[in-house]
Amino acid sequence: MEFPELDFLSVAKWVDSAMGWLLTNLDGFFRGIKAVILQVTLAFEWIFLTLPWFVWILFVIAGGRFLLKSWKKGLVFAAMLFFVGSVGYWELAMRTMALVSSSVLFALLIGIPLGISMARRDGFERVMKPLLDAMQTMPSFVYLIPALMFFGLGRVPAMIATLIYAVPPVIRLTNVGIRTVDPEAVEAARAFGATKRQILFDVQLPLARPSIMVGINQTTMMALAMVVIGSMIGAKGLGMEVLLAINRIEVGRGFEAGLSIVFLAIIIDRLTHSFAIDKKNAS
Amino acid sequence: MSTENIIEIQGLWKVFGKDPKRAFAPAMRQATKEEMLEKTGCIAALRDVNIEIQRGEFFIIMGLSGSGKSTLIRTLTRLIHPSKGRILVKGQDIVKMSKEQLLDYRRSVTAMVFQHYGLFPHLSVMENAAYGLKVKGMKKEEREAKAQEALITVGLEGWEDYYPDALSGGMQQRVGLARALANEPEVLLMDEPFSGLDPLIRRQMQDELVELQDTLKKTIVFVTHDLTEALKLGDRIAIMKDGDVVQIGTPEEILTEPANDYVRDFVQDASPVKYVTASSLMEDPTLLLYDWEGANTALHMLQQAHKSFAFVVDKSRRITGLCTRERLREYVRNNPGDKQALRIINGDLVKKDLPTTGPDEVLEDIFAVAGENPYPVPVVHPDTGKLLGVVRSQTIFESMISEDSEEESQEMEARKEENKSNLDHLMEPSKSKEPMTDEANKEGAQQ
Repeated sequence: MEFPELDFLSVAKWVDSAMGWLLTNLDGFFRGIKAVILQVTLAFEWIFLTLPWFVWILFVIAGGRFLLKSWKKGLVFAAMLFFVGSVGYWELAMRTMALVSSSVLFALLIGIPLGISMARRDGFERVMKPLLDAMQTMPSFVYLIPALMFFGLGRVPAMIATLIYAVPPVIRLTNVGIRTVDPEAVEAARAFGATKRQILFDVQLPLARPSIMVGINQTTMMALAMVVIGSMIGAKGLGMEVLLAINRIEVGRGFEAGLSIVFLAIIIDRLTHSFAIDKKNAS
Repeated sequence: MSTENIIEIQGLWKVFGKDPKRAFAPAMRQATKEEMLEKTGCIAALRDVNIEIQRGEFFIIMGLSGSGKSTLIRTLTRLIHPSKGRILVKGQDIVKMSKEQLLDYRRSVTAMVFQHYGLFPHLSVMENAAYGLKVKGMKKEEREAKAQEALITVGLEGWEDYYPDALSGGMQQRVGLARALANEPEVLLMDEPFSGLDPLIRRQMQDELVELQDTLKKTIVFVTHDLTEALKLGDRIAIMKDGDVVQIGTPEEILTEPANDYVRDFVQDASPVKYVTASSLMEDPTLLLYDWEGANTALHMLQQAHKSFAFVVDKSRRITGLCTRERLREYVRNNPGDKQALRIINGDLVKKDLPTTGPDEVLEDIFAVAGENPYPVPVVHPDTGKLLGVVRSQTIFESMISEDSEEESQEMEARKEENKSNLDHLMEPSKSKEPMTDEANKEGAQQ
């Protein structure tokens, strides 16, 4: 027996018509967003491409030395970055980094306040949780289609898709971080007449910091993964090289580009993760 | 002392559940917790509580887990909003206060000390102590000067730049107390502040609190589940059960005229020999010998301290025996040039198999153990065997005959003097918890 099809339940049709409505009625809105995002992304690109390569290498050495307290790690990072440049991917790597940075910036601007609201209101948390689950389990390619339709080809749709894909961890971990702050510390602040705002900035955010930092780290890593996929809709970067290599079945080229992405990922991960470690142990 | 009421609690209810009004019904007034839950689906944490607290009074709220005592103290600063009733503080009903009025009230009238200290782990001792003032918007220099004063009051001078993690439980609670005192509140609210502390430190903090109240003349509302603590500290005690206040009275009244069977059960063991525990009688040994020291050193130490004997402990502060000056002198005379450690000499010199007692043993039992033994009874930790303090036989006898409260208070005064001088064992980072803490934790979780 055939499976009964319910014609009136046509999710695809609804989504399509909603898209159509949005496109015709909110065109100006999307163009505004696009302009803002493009400027930010361009600014990052300018920074990453203007500073000469050896400055960046010095940066990662300094990062290893001062954030991770290890010359050795700094030098390993430098070697990795040097590899990326020496196989000819410096410019593409910097474009990728610019895209990751702007995505992460917007993700934090959106994610941290959302996480705080979630921690404050149980109702909002109940609404957000399934939404975040959906955002993370949805195949990442799916975001490319609407992003493409709203914002055309290029950096901006890639960044938007990256943002949607990468924002859940920072929202989740901000929420969890604030919720797991010692309730007696919060109660103490309340008992001394602290306002909600004072409690947030004096107690909750500082104590949730390690958790929030892990969220930022996760978001950054997911952004890097998604930026590669974003190259499918025309974002220039290392992902594009991988894509080309796949199309032409050039194994070596694909491997070089892939390795470059892995190296960038390692450097970013280690450096951002260092913020998540409790600073007090060091002092 | 004037008899002005600073706090008047009138018909106060706190009911958890969907329809609290049903719980207010007169029929429910006498119902037990279970009956009320069954008939109304509500749990009453407070049932028609009426209390008047005078200015300058040390008022104890006492009860077992789930009796509503923590809820009651929280309603006094509206950390928990009562379901019904009035709380007049200096004539103003805080239940009806607006948000702004409430913030102002919390900043200026009350300050609270918490069971698990409620410190901010990311702030230094100084910043913690100054937090209440920071919330008020006081400038940095001014608030740190005030916090410094409070830290000196609680004996934490020199610890300003440490973080709470680095401090022992007793010291952390001192920070909690300093934070409250820095605010210069009219009413100090204390929610089982000492229940997480070691017995000796707990007693010392109790003594200091009594002294502090004597000088500062604050009104203190103090929650505890420990009868000994309540009797020792309170001007008046309110005993709670299932959200009801079953009796309010002075310690004497509670002991001699219990209002009902519940209170009677509660205090039936309250003859000093039955409720006074080793932990509340013990003192720090003025001198300890270590088992790695030699006989000459030991003798020198005893002579210096003008003592005729001292206990010998090992590296883990476990008691191994007792050395007398006489025997030491004899040994040194007979074995000139002997450099062996007490641990090695042992048998001849160190008296073994001393009677010991645990911190929770009551006077009766200590007396039985002490027997004919002329030396103080060492109080050791039941699990680790660590020496916590000693109970002098004189103290035992004094407590047994001092039904007369005046004598007791004199004795307490004397001990307070002794205690003031020995801050040093506070500096030990000992955090071993009491068995009581578990129970207290459970209660915290419930509420």
